[in-house]
Amino acid sequence: MTLPRPLAPFVNFAQALRMAGYLAAPEQAQAFIAATGLLGPNSLLDLRRAAHATFGPAPERHAEFDALFDEIFLGRVLTAPAPGEPEDMPNAFDAGTFEPMLAADDEQPSGADASVAERGFARRFVDDEAAALRAFAKRVPEALPRRRARRTVRGKGRMADPRRTFRHMMRRDGEVARLLRRMRKQRQRRVLLLIDISGSMKGGTEGALRLAHALVQAGEQVEVFTIGTRLTRVTRALSRRNREQALQHASGLVADWDGGTRLGEGLQVFLSVPRFASFARGAMVIVLSDGLERGGPHMLSQAMSRLDKIAWSVLWLTPLAADAQFQPKTEALRAISPMLDRLGNGSSPQAIAGEILHFAKGARR
Amino acid sequence: MPVRRSILGIDGPQPLARSLRDAQYIADEGLATAAYLALALGKPLLLEGSPGVGKTEAAKAIASVLGRELVRLQCYEGIDASAAMYEWNFPRQMLAIRQAGSDYVNLYADEYLVARPMLLALQTPRERILLIDELDRSDHEFEAFLLEFLSDFSISIPERGTIRASEPPVVIITSNRTRELHEALRRRCVYHWIGYPDPALEAEIVMMRSSVVARDTAHRIVAAVGRLRGEPLAKPPGVAETVEWAEAATILNEQGVPWPRAFARAIGVVLKDQDDLAYVAPRIDALIMGNAA
Repeated sequence: MTLPRPLAPFVNFAQALRMAGYLAAPEQAQAFIAATGLLGPNSLLDLRRAAHATFGPAPERHAEFDALFDEIFLGRVLTAPAPGEPEDMPNAFDAGTFEPMLAADDEQPSGADASVAERGFARRFVDDEAAALRAFAKRVPEALPRRRARRTVRGKGRMADPRRTFRHMMRRDGEVARLLRRMRKQRQRRVLLLIDISGSMKGGTEGALRLAHALVQAGEQVEVFTIGTRLTRVTRALSRRNREQALQHASGLVADWDGGTRLGEGLQVFLSVPRFASFARGAMVIVLSDGLERGGPHMLSQAMSRLDKIAWSVLWLTPLAADAQFQPKTEALRAISPMLDRLGNGSSPQAIAGEILHFAKGARR
Repeated sequence: MPVRRSILGIDGPQPLARSLRDAQYIADEGLATAAYLALALGKPLLLEGSPGVGKTEAAKAIASVLGRELVRLQCYEGIDASAAMYEWNFPRQMLAIRQAGSDYVNLYADEYLVARPMLLALQTPRERILLIDELDRSDHEFEAFLLEFLSDFSISIPERGTIRASEPPVVIITSNRTRELHEALRRRCVYHWIGYPDPALEAEIVMMRSSVVARDTAHRIVAAVGRLRGEPLAKPPGVAETVEWAEAATILNEQGVPWPRAFARAIGVVLKDQDDLAYVAPRIDALIMGNAA
């Protein structure tokens, strides 16, 4: 079947959207064509509005969506801009004024010394990690904290179930034989993972993202953000099942790898976007950071106290705690440690997995 | 897909925007277009945006333009069919059985059926429009259940059979986007993201909503609110707060509080969080007056 020529760009547009990972179902393409007819269209603006209304791109992807639109309908080839910031981010938080912190030279062992034996060790290490993550994914759905949901199911609870009781009664000619009941369902708590990706955390960020991917795949309601000089939501990227693709996509979104830490500011921005703050409400919040905060601890402790109030529990996992002698030394970490439910070991994906699996509320250390 | 070009004489986004303005709601062109398309294509309208940008108000205005009653279904976790669609009136059914004795009684007649918002909208699509408010507060179970309703506008009641709407009812769904709605639901809807209005529009809204506020006050309040929204606050002020702040400051001023002080004194109607108040307190004058901090 051949398509009428004027319709070609519409179909091409839907196809281009699908290629770019947008939701573009046939019924939406159909609605787009119908909408165009309804609006006249008198101008290209009408066409663009019809596209927005029918395909409904998320606000943070408007720029990218418009670029695709221009490419198809104006024949203008533009490189799609990187996905923008979430919609209503306060403008106080941009990377413009920030100077990157220089990494100390001795952090990266380099050159001739990297022997074959070391490489062997590295590989074994990776295998260990992969096995640990598999085991983690298997056990985590059971281990994550649960809460009583508002939804009820039939069972031996306190609430009466009038509908079923009535039906039961009807079968017995109107005699109330027994009162059937409903109980509240159990549901997994939300989990919010905040990953510090500043320079001082450099060695661990990739492992942390691999763990985050396993957690997103295995858990029900998991949200993951990275905080460096910017705040980036990577949940959607990590929800792809294929790990390599997911991690690649996530690192493409994050523009501030290995920069400096502005964790306090990052957390404040996180809390000031209402829809992000609601991810933390009643959630198990896990912060992966060494707490090496530039500047005073004031902003960080302010943000943490707010987070502590809305979250169910807060875990702070720092790579420095791999050392058994570890005590919170930095001013920032000392200031916030009373607000934490647990200050634990975040030195490797295995350690983080262990902390998550064995966390029990109330066991403060 | 049935398409109606004109709904009650409204035949395009501009006429709809004018009617909405008559109903005391100022819609930008994007919203007017989306709303018109939703009505014309007979699809639900999905409005997303931050709290306080006027999503529910938009639904009320659309209802008033169409001259229909707005039936509001407020979502919450665990909302189910008996709260959203219909419920049998069990006590009455029971009484009926007792009274009937050995006579036949139809326990599933209309008089025992309690219609909830979704069924109401379905039974009388020409008289009512359905607002499903804050859908993101409900859980996945309800969303799946809603999907069935939105795809063919019918409800099946086991005791009665399927009830189908004579014409698709107007349905408006709002969400604060605290979670992503399911894609199957999004693709059935016409979508619009409502952002904070630009300053000129917001000033216009303030003056329309409150007749006591002077033009100059409105512009200054809107500028100050814009600066507040740029700060990392726990509860950024919405449009309703802007209107209230302008009104409160005007009232204080009439009672003799001089201008810049009146804004600062009325700050409690715009920032409703102790931490936020403490955070802006040192710079409050600069934020209100717009001097560089």
